[in-house]
Amino acid sequence: MTARFLISKTPPRWLGALTIVAVLAMLVLPLLLSNYYLGLATQMMIFALFAMSLDLLIGYTGMASLGHAAYFGIAAYATGLLALNLGWNVWLALPAGLFAAALAAALFGLLALRTRGSYFLMITLALSQVVWGVASGWRSMTGGDDGLPDVPRPDLGFGVSLGADAAFYYFVLLMAGAGAFLLVRIVASPFGYALRGIRESETRMLALGYAVRRYRLAAFVLAGTFAGLAGCLYVYYNRFVSPDYLQVIRSAEVLLMVIMGGAGTLIGPAIGAALIVLLENVISAYTERWLLVLGVIYILVALFAPRGIVGFVRELRAKRGAS
Amino acid sequence: MTFWLVQTLNGISFGMLLFLLAAGLSLIFGLMKILNLTHGSFYLLGGYLGLLVLHRTGSFVLAVLAASLAIAVVGVVIERFFLRRFHLQELPQVLVTFGFLFIFSDLTTLIWGGNPQTMPKPEMFANSLQLGSFFYPSYRLFIIGFGLVVAVLLWWLQEGTRIGAMVRASVDDEEVARALGINVSLLFTLVFALGAFLAALGGVMGGPIVGVYPGADFEVLLLGFVVVIIGGLGSLKGALAGGLIVGLLDNFGKVFFPELALFTIFAPMVLILAVRPAGLFGRE
Repeated sequence: MTARFLISKTPPRWLGALTIVAVLAMLVLPLLLSNYYLGLATQMMIFALFAMSLDLLIGYTGMASLGHAAYFGIAAYATGLLALNLGWNVWLALPAGLFAAALAAALFGLLALRTRGSYFLMITLALSQVVWGVASGWRSMTGGDDGLPDVPRPDLGFGVSLGADAAFYYFVLLMAGAGAFLLVRIVASPFGYALRGIRESETRMLALGYAVRRYRLAAFVLAGTFAGLAGCLYVYYNRFVSPDYLQVIRSAEVLLMVIMGGAGTLIGPAIGAALIVLLENVISAYTERWLLVLGVIYILVALFAPRGIVGFVRELRAKRGAS
Repeated sequence: MTFWLVQTLNGISFGMLLFLLAAGLSLIFGLMKILNLTHGSFYLLGGYLGLLVLHRTGSFVLAVLAASLAIAVVGVVIERFFLRRFHLQELPQVLVTFGFLFIFSDLTTLIWGGNPQTMPKPEMFANSLQLGSFFYPSYRLFIIGFGLVVAVLLWWLQEGTRIGAMVRASVDDEEVARALGINVSLLFTLVFALGAFLAALGGVMGGPIVGVYPGADFEVLLLGFVVVIIGGLGSLKGALAGGLIVGLLDNFGKVFFPELALFTIFAPMVLILAVRPAGLFGRE
């Protein structure tokens, strides 16, 4: 049963039913939750998309980027700056943000993909720090460490404003949902299977005639673009962008979300993201030592759940199936 | 002319601190293929512990020795009990070393607060020396000399001693080295401890120049990365050359383009990356 579920391309029927129930639940959430929890749910969706975008690299292509916040932040800054300085509405500013993230990912990808392993880790981290350095140093443009306040909530035109929290929640649900749907389709496509092939054996894929470099770059740009979408949504959610968006900690956090949830599953990183967002909010209410707690979680995940939550559940099911 | 000389000396002395940091990073990677993200913490913890000992005893030498040895022990614990089980597993290694980076970062803020601390220079080097037409702080000259001595010692350790030969053998072929009876796992611990020792040494020695402050762990980790990306990971020569290059670039960048200081380091890094992805002295 488990084995067939892992191998077969068509998911089992209960998964479809579960998806429908989940979507319905998310649609009625604004009726049930206070504004605080609605905001929390909105954040969870944004970071779920962010984590899923990184999973395309880590889980499917086998490339661990330590600088994924760069694309999140670049898109956020681009959208924020265009909305503030040129008064662009969401229809223009959001695609522009995505374009900026894609462009940066293409540029950084060309450099970073010349290397492998630890070099790749270091270079992606270093490149993201370049962006952080520019954001915090170029005061006249980015406001330096103070960031850019008062980014307006999107206005869709036709009298539809997303100023209210519930309306904005639905906007994020739609955008993040669309992003997640596209990612699911991408990993299930022949392209997605080629990425898995590269993860397993680059030399074999080369021998089979795949243009591995181009596939890697395409995955890198796609991952950057979806991270950018999360960044755009986050700047509209916070109505604020600062160099914090680009910090190493943010890149490290999204990496944790992916691994804690289960790399290579998409649903896992989404769960991981929701958990970390929840934990951060709950723990920050009691203590200022969130970073300490986060550090401990890193080590615990490495020691006890290296395959993540989804991997753990699968192992459990496999055991039960075998006995 | 004086301006150029002073700034060059400033850059070289800072570069020597970066060398201490990057040498450890490089040694650890060279032998175990671990990218140690906790390395910046070793530097910062070394600085704070050095301050502690200095305040208690008033002896700079004691501060340097005690702090570096204590951090070497921390390194042994991390290697033995946490990294050991993840040999050649990149992602768990990244998680563990990230975890300790965050834990130490938060602990140091908790214990020593958010304000930068200054470390007094050792009395012997508190003065300035006259170099031709200008005066220059003798402590910075001492750092340059000290860095060179460490470089020679490390080179001798690697090329001239039995332990160095064992390390080189393990770098080349770990399995054969094990089969020959070399205790590779002990070497791992020793080299990791040495790396932590060097980073802490940089933290204490650098205290009187750059201060000891929260966030320095992330900052020097990044600079260390740039050094080994430029010089080549796993190479001592690369760590020295890269350290000096980055030290000079950083110093002149801050003087000439204060708004884009980081850029003067990263632009050359990107250039080298495009031409030689493995760095100046790295193995392809």
